[in-house]
Amino acid sequence: MSADVELDHVTIRFGEFTAVKDANLKIEDGEFFSFLGPSGCGKTTILRAVSGFLEPSDGEVRIGGKNMRGIGPNKRPTALIFQNLALFPLMSVADNIAFGLEVRGVGKAERRKRADELLDLIALDGQGDKKVGELSGGQKQRVAIARALAVEPKVLLLDEPLSALDLKLRQHMRTELRAIQQRVGITFIYITHDQGEALTMSDRIAVMSQGVVQQIGTGSEVYENSQTAFVASFVGENNPFTGKVAAVDGQHALIDTSFGRLRGRNLRGLSAGSEAMLFVRPESLGLVNGQGAADNVIESTVLHSEFEGSFFSVFLRGDGGKDIVMSMTNSGNLPEFHEGAAARVGFRADRAVVLPVGEVADE
Amino acid sequence: MTGFFQRNGIAISTYLILAVVFWVVLMIVLPQAYMLDFSFRNNLPPAKIGGPEDVYTLSNYRYLVFGSPGSADAFNYLHLQVFLRTIIASIFVTLIDFALCYPIAYYIAQVAKGGFARSMILLLILPFWVNEILRAFSFRILFGTSGVINAVLQSLGIVDQPIDFLRADVALYAGLSYAYILLMVFPLYNAIESLDHNQIEAARDLGSPWWRIHWRVVMPHAKPGIASGCTLVFMLSAGALAAPQILGGPSSLWFTQIIYRWFNTGGNWPQGAAYAIVLLLACLVFVLAVMRLFKISLGEIAR
Amino acid sequence: MSSQAIRKLLVSFYIVLFFLYLFTPLIMMGMAAFNDVEFPQVVPWAGFTLRWFPALFADALMMEGIVNSIWIGIGVMALSVPIGLAAAIVMTQVHQRLQTLYYTIVVSPVLMPGVILGISTLVFWDRLGTFMDADYESFYYSGMFLTIIGQSTFISAYTMLIFLARLQRFDRTQEEAALDLGASHVQVFWKVLIPFLRPAIFSAMGLAFLTSFENYNTTVFTIQAESTLTTVLAGKVRMGTQPDLAALAVLIIGVTLVSAVAIEIAQRREQRRELAAKAEAARAERTMQAAAQPAQ
Repeated sequence: MSADVELDHVTIRFGEFTAVKDANLKIEDGEFFSFLGPSGCGKTTILRAVSGFLEPSDGEVRIGGKNMRGIGPNKRPTALIFQNLALFPLMSVADNIAFGLEVRGVGKAERRKRADELLDLIALDGQGDKKVGELSGGQKQRVAIARALAVEPKVLLLDEPLSALDLKLRQHMRTELRAIQQRVGITFIYITHDQGEALTMSDRIAVMSQGVVQQIGTGSEVYENSQTAFVASFVGENNPFTGKVAAVDGQHALIDTSFGRLRGRNLRGLSAGSEAMLFVRPESLGLVNGQGAADNVIESTVLHSEFEGSFFSVFLRGDGGKDIVMSMTNSGNLPEFHEGAAARVGFRADRAVVLPVGEVADE
Repeated sequence: MTGFFQRNGIAISTYLILAVVFWVVLMIVLPQAYMLDFSFRNNLPPAKIGGPEDVYTLSNYRYLVFGSPGSADAFNYLHLQVFLRTIIASIFVTLIDFALCYPIAYYIAQVAKGGFARSMILLLILPFWVNEILRAFSFRILFGTSGVINAVLQSLGIVDQPIDFLRADVALYAGLSYAYILLMVFPLYNAIESLDHNQIEAARDLGSPWWRIHWRVVMPHAKPGIASGCTLVFMLSAGALAAPQILGGPSSLWFTQIIYRWFNTGGNWPQGAAYAIVLLLACLVFVLAVMRLFKISLGEIAR
Repeated sequence: MSSQAIRKLLVSFYIVLFFLYLFTPLIMMGMAAFNDVEFPQVVPWAGFTLRWFPALFADALMMEGIVNSIWIGIGVMALSVPIGLAAAIVMTQVHQRLQTLYYTIVVSPVLMPGVILGISTLVFWDRLGTFMDADYESFYYSGMFLTIIGQSTFISAYTMLIFLARLQRFDRTQEEAALDLGASHVQVFWKVLIPFLRPAIFSAMGLAFLTSFENYNTTVFTIQAESTLTTVLAGKVRMGTQPDLAALAVLIIGVTLVSAVAIEIAQRREQRRELAAKAEAARAERTMQAAAQPAQ
């Protein structure tokens, strides 16, 4: 049985509140798929609908082509890693890992053998007899993964499993999770509000806001070709400029903003006269010297700058009365930015997107 | 309801529902309801129950107030007096216990340090594992005419003749107060313990005298504990049976003793049920009065 | 002497008096158990004797009462622990709007005088027996059965409160995790919830048994022709009596002391074990971080 997961026009309501609106997507067998969005966007609700803890109000969840309605969480080919891990504190590490086998009536010796294999996989060999309370945060994390893998699920669901770890460990675990996924080869569905996690680990990402799936694509698609104002502002940093489309020029749209006319890619095919937002990323901005060849030029004043090691952030106040962030790679010979100095910055039209006006994520 | 079954599974749901329904319906609600019904009925032999004579009547309650129809007195003075005495004495016992326990509870909760406080709590609990009847019995040893206290008083030459503490009800009040101390100390302790010590320090810094700190800071904070302790002690005192039976003087009765007599020697169950309802109502009134007075909910009392 | 020192002295004095009040009656009773006179008294002291202890065990009525009390205690445990557990679980799941009403009903037995519970149990089951046209030998009229029911009415509320306190610390995602791993609801109950509640189950059993064992007010109505330890004791005490009662009290106090100390020791050991586990986790954390470092 293949293990593609389909959400077929899934809507989930709690009383008056709609947590998920018409989610419609297909996750391929063996894919590492992330749902990315701020808290309360409905991503955990989707996960609970896939794992069987709640049923969609409308639509169908299908796993391997089979409608899952009426099938409880204990009967689905999924395993969930909880945000707080939910390890059983009164059982040993090995008993935790083998719990799923125990409830399936697997014999004691066989259980122990399987648990030992999985302990090897997560590099905790020989620690099966410890109590869960004796493990570190990262070790608990790995035990939770092993416990879920022990039941040989077709789909592994992960609900922000790294959020409890500190930064260093979190980055380490990203690599490890991705490696485990490639080793076991099953579908991973990953929930996170951390775009770094989503971008580094996932084959594809669904960005969600207020119960609506905004865009589905690979990390670079979502980052480079954001389809909505929310995605553009939530994934990575972005400078928004609001205005009205003045003209459409081939692949580009020109919009009138308080900074004058700016040009960017017209990804959504907006026509002249519609309200629009142009987004340009800090790293796409650059200084324009003399009569530079940039498509767009903005006059601004330096507010202050921050040195961050490998790069350098400059905060500018534009003439249009708006703050802009520019970041420059530290190539060794950075110009100096004095507070109050004038700066002429620009960007190429290909590096900016023009999108319909919409909800913007607040950082 | 389907959510309940979905969440717990059929077997566990069935257990939960059966257990709770059995308890709530067959052990709490129906017996109380039936006792109420029963208290409005005539005292009939089993054969006549459900027969033409099995009708509702107020006679059991009328008896408590006016006595038997043939009696010379206008009111049932004996029983009414016992009822009032029980209520007033129980309030009295409640107040004594509060006065006794408040300083101790405050001391353990706010003044004493970790290990010492723990040992004191242990010491407090210890006497209450001894059976209620044996505790009352120990007061008899203490207060009897040939008891320890009389022996001491006599040897010191303070009295010539032993004092009959039992007849004077001193032993009863002491015994009742003693019996329910724990139920006053613990609610008070829990409530006072949750008070941030800094609040007391702050009040002291501002120059409040100690009594004002207690009146304005500690007691308002401990309100739920005070209410809970008072309710429990009153209810248990008014409903006490063993202590009055053992420590009460031969001529003085407790209301529960009258109820007991209707069931035992009196052989008039409906009459006893009516008296029991009156006692229950008195306790209910007390609980409601406390809730009103302290402006708290039932949940806070029964914790 | 400063006023504060005086106040401190007064407080200490009060505390000593308070504990004297708590313990003097018991100490006196303890002494009476060893005094060689026919009536339970301390003065005059007629010499040390142990004869009241064997006398205690020779009292057939009291022995019968003790045996009945033990059986009733076991019955109450068997009834009130499952009921209290179910009631506590239902409490955590009942709809918000019904919660207050439900809570009021189930804790009401705690706030009701014991005699009332005894009476209502007695008249209700008596009527039920009449209604069913039951044999007089049947359980509707059995003192033991009615006593178990009557006591369990309020003891179940105690056990429920114990379970509620423990359940408040239960992480419900553990149940979901178990379900998700394929456990049936019954398996979740036995393998996850019950092990978590085990300490509370033991406390509830202990409390249920002890409360039952020393109950008098409810029992005296429901037990009817039979007897329990408390009804036998009450009868004897009212008669005016021998010091064997004091001997019994000494035994009870002794058992209590030993178990209180044992519980205290067990609790401290548990605390130490938890501390050790925490230290171990911290150590693992450090090793793990050291291992993660080169991977950066």
